Amino acid sequence: MKVFRGRVHKFGDDIDTDVIIPGKYLKEFDPKELAKHAMEGVDPEFPRKVGVGDFILAGENFGCGSSREHAPMALHAAGIRIVLAKSFARIFYRNSINGAYLLPIEIDDDIYNSISDGDEVELDLNKMTLRNLTSGGEFALKEIPEIVVEIFEAGGILKWKPKKL
Amino acid sequence: MGKTIVEKILGKLSGKDVSAGDLVVAPIDYAMAHDGTAPLAIKAFMEMGGERVWNPSRIIFIIDHVSPSTSIGTSNLHKLMRDFARKHGIKLYDVGSGICHQIMVEDGYVKPGYIILGADSHTCTYGALGAFSTGIGSTEMASVFLSGKLWFKVPETIKITIMDEPPSWIMGKDIILNIIGALGSDGATYKAIEFDGSVIKKLSISDRLTICNMVVEMGAKAGIIKPDEKTKSFLGDNLGRIDIVEPDKDAEYADEYLVGVSGLEPQVAKPSKVDDVTSVTEVEGIEIDQVFIGSCTNGRIEDLRAAARILKGRKVKDGVRLLVIPASRKIYLKALNEDLIKVFLEAGGAVYSPGCGPCMGGHIGILGDDEICISTSNRNFAGRMGSPKAKIYLASPLTAAASAITGKITDPRRFL
Repeated sequence: MKVFRGRVHKFGDDIDTDVIIPGKYLKEFDPKELAKHAMEGVDPEFPRKVGVGDFILAGENFGCGSSREHAPMALHAAGIRIVLAKSFARIFYRNSINGAYLLPIEIDDDIYNSISDGDEVELDLNKMTLRNLTSGGEFALKEIPEIVVEIFEAGGILKWKPKKL
Repeated sequence: MGKTIVEKILGKLSGKDVSAGDLVVAPIDYAMAHDGTAPLAIKAFMEMGGERVWNPSRIIFIIDHVSPSTSIGTSNLHKLMRDFARKHGIKLYDVGSGICHQIMVEDGYVKPGYIILGADSHTCTYGALGAFSTGIGSTEMASVFLSGKLWFKVPETIKITIMDEPPSWIMGKDIILNIIGALGSDGATYKAIEFDGSVIKKLSISDRLTICNMVVEMGAKAGIIKPDEKTKSFLGDNLGRIDIVEPDKDAEYADEYLVGVSGLEPQVAKPSKVDDVTSVTEVEGIEIDQVFIGSCTNGRIEDLRAAARILKGRKVKDGVRLLVIPASRKIYLKALNEDLIKVFLEAGGAVYSPGCGPCMGGHIGILGDDEICISTSNRNFAGRMGSPKAKIYLASPLTAAASAITGKITDPRRFL
């Protein structure tokens, strides 16, 4: 369990997989190439703005649409490790964990409204808290299911050894 | 407590009595991957040291997303799929066969009571025949290739009963767009949707497939329709092992909705959200550049017949491109035999070989900046068909065909 610190890139509701990584890049395997086009559909400047360890903060239904695993891959390759969103689309959520690309964390309206684009935040997975280092404020987060953290920390479903099944 | 269809299927195949919220591990009847997702799954399979797939006769590969290939990179991915399929004895449907979901249904892989996984979000389509089917990602698909099993959280089910006397022109697309508009793009996240009611019973299998195809646009894990006589006659004599699963009368649903369709007008989803749905009368007159009739949502013979009914003896408006792509080779042949292809060509349309076409911006019919397309496909997200500045309206084949003639979004009832 770790502490993550990074800058926030804030988006709205229904950020779909086509804007995260358009279909024309599905022929790409190389994470570096995918990173160049991450979030191209909403913010073509995103790959130049983002740094390793940065956070995405989003509204409802993040990652809706296609089953393409290139979406969490592209965000990871661009530097993102944590996505905080009010809710996630099902396949995107599973892909993020299964490939250990991103840790998706559900947040409430209050947290979403209290953090602005560009703020520095600190996530403490031991205490399940999120601190806004720019404007102050500490928020309690909902527990993440244990299996999700286990798979993420193992480096994905291919490396994960289930304790029991 | 009674059970929903999905609880019954997952319970039977996992060998346990299960209810919504339970975690189960269930064996998979078929696993499908296409050229957008199979290459990453193959890579993951190799990385995990996979030597043999669990059962090659239960895995289907289909090349449909960029088909035929338009670049060296894509050709190499197709080659990777063909080599892997040959080595492991996996059936591969190559260029020109059709769209994955149509082939799965058409070639008899989908049967009531089956569990089918596809590395594609629209795998939920197969619920129209009473199967539990859902989309997964590539890494997860690699683990299915190896084990033939997957864990599921048994989803809660929303029941939607569709009733009233349907207007004569109504298509499955109008009904499902209307429902998506009401429930919203995350209205069914993680849940299954069971469709029932007098209208569902009247609808063709084609329209039912359209409806289940689009449940993922509400975030649903699966859509499902209780099999009936129409399902049996669609599946034909060679049924094999099937399991007609019906919900219990006292099944517990997360929500229940009644949808009346008698007063419905043709429905259109506006750019760039699938749940931004309105009646065609609200958007009539918007000028368009391209019309696309095809996709796993609306590329079946019934859809082509509907479009041809309006296009027969008429011309596509100057300055507008009409692209028609039958969803499979079998459909293409049927359309040829019924002279529908002739109708499209004589109207001034372009007909392409079966595949996904412009739906996901992979190959044919990519939109330029500020262009407007009316499409029978399932998603209108910004950049889905090319330029993020292009606009996509979603509608039924009737509405799309009527719009092709006038060059503007048009109420198809004017031509019927």
